[in-house]
Amino acid sequence: MSQVAELASNLREFVRMVGAVVLFLLRMLGQIPRLIARPRLVVEQIYNTGALSLVIVMICGMFIGMVIGLQFYDILARFGSEDAIGVGAALGLLKELGPVVTALLFAGRAGTAVASEIGLMRATDQLSAMEIMAVDPIMRVAAPRFLGGIIAMPLLVAIFIAIGLFGVQLVAVQQLGVESNSFWSQMRAAVGVDDVVDGIVKSFVFGVACSLVAVHEGFTAIPTAEGVGRATTRTVVISAVLTLILDYMLTAVML
Amino acid sequence: MSASDPSVTPVAARASTDNLVEIQDVHYSVNGREIFSGLNLAIPRGRITAIMGPSGTGKTTLMRLITGQIRPSSGRIVFDGQDVPTLKRADLYKLRLRMGMLFQNGALLTDRNVFENVAFPLREHTKLPNSLIRHIVLTKLQAVGLRGAAGLEPAELSGGMARRVALARAMATDPELLIYDEPFTGLDPISMGMIVRLVRQMNYALGITSIVVSHDVEELSILADMSYIIAGGKVAAAGSFVDLKDHQSEIVNQFMNGLADGPVAFHYPAPDYFEQLLSRTV
Repeated sequence: MSQVAELASNLREFVRMVGAVVLFLLRMLGQIPRLIARPRLVVEQIYNTGALSLVIVMICGMFIGMVIGLQFYDILARFGSEDAIGVGAALGLLKELGPVVTALLFAGRAGTAVASEIGLMRATDQLSAMEIMAVDPIMRVAAPRFLGGIIAMPLLVAIFIAIGLFGVQLVAVQQLGVESNSFWSQMRAAVGVDDVVDGIVKSFVFGVACSLVAVHEGFTAIPTAEGVGRATTRTVVISAVLTLILDYMLTAVML
Repeated sequence: MSASDPSVTPVAARASTDNLVEIQDVHYSVNGREIFSGLNLAIPRGRITAIMGPSGTGKTTLMRLITGQIRPSSGRIVFDGQDVPTLKRADLYKLRLRMGMLFQNGALLTDRNVFENVAFPLREHTKLPNSLIRHIVLTKLQAVGLRGAAGLEPAELSGGMARRVALARAMATDPELLIYDEPFTGLDPISMGMIVRLVRQMNYALGITSIVVSHDVEELSILADMSYIIAGGKVAAAGSFVDLKDHQSEIVNQFMNGLADGPVAFHYPAPDYFEQLLSRTV
């Protein structure tokens, strides 16, 4: 009986938490009209979450592309289909690796930065000071970071995929001798608009999920050093797990 | 807001009220622990009112109630005729434009310098041109003696300087009520003297109302026109500083004279000392 009660209690807590996150999301969405009038607030956050994540995204994109080049070449060579390496790499990067790996990198770089920054603002009374100054922290702090993350994510994914394809080409064409024309022409013939749309949809959904988690965790952080640390860790863990779950769900719908 | 709104007293009635803030039979609990049990007090207009009391009596909580950051379990908190807990978010934010608060640590925004911290409420709430904002900010910084520090980052300021900048920021929108939360804590005597002088100057030169939450009896004796001592969730004593010094209540006497023994025990409630030493539990 006590186990049933505990389960019910956990379920109630889960529903309460989901409800709180949804209300928080709705409050942020309600601020969008005001943010449109002040685009500078969002542009600053696109820089903070997007531009400052560029280096890590580009380095990882390059090396993941190069690894794909090596692995695909090895696999395809067994069937004598090395020329199809461009198709496999492009579809893999567009539909899966690009959005998923970028989301994981985004959660680790930008998500933690956002969560810890907001958590520290909470711990040092900066958010309370804003409230007393009649400035809504949801509008001034949370919503711009949320929107900035949503806009930055698809851009980062596009850059990741472009650099990744360059890495694949570097290994497959320059190093392993796959014929260049065949590499590019097969890729162009096989990759359709639907595949690009799949990638865009995934990157957008992951952008919403990772940004929401980061902003919410920061906002609800316990205002102590330990609390901020915990919020930062939770941001990475929840974002990563959520990204992979959402990826499965989206893939199942899209295929 | 319409004149028929019950939370709003007509202007004529407001003007006749000598109190800017009135706390009426407020009860407030956190996690089952009662912080206030029928608190009643009034903050007179244009005066400096001290809220004192031993640590943990809810002084800061009271400030958060007045500013509408938290709501009481029951009771009324009336600011110039408006019942704060019943206000909607938009109305509460309008009301807060008439308040300023100095936080214990200054609570300066760490992503902008001193000038931009003071300019922040002006940029958020007005469409003033930059030249006018610059003028206002420099005037406020001059008033707190930190015009020369306009370009410094918050991390470069001492505790006293940070509080003076926060005071300039709180003054930027010319509020009617200024709340000081523990303004003297951790300051050296020079900084403390500066803050005391500034609180008096701001209050009397600008005709605003001030609430100073503190347990620094000496500083408050110089500063406050009216004082309240809160203990046990209620007002234990109220009046001028002289009245409180001569108060018969044991807890007031203990607080005002800094006595170790009295109703506020030195030891936090604990099990028997000898038994606990012999047992294995904490």
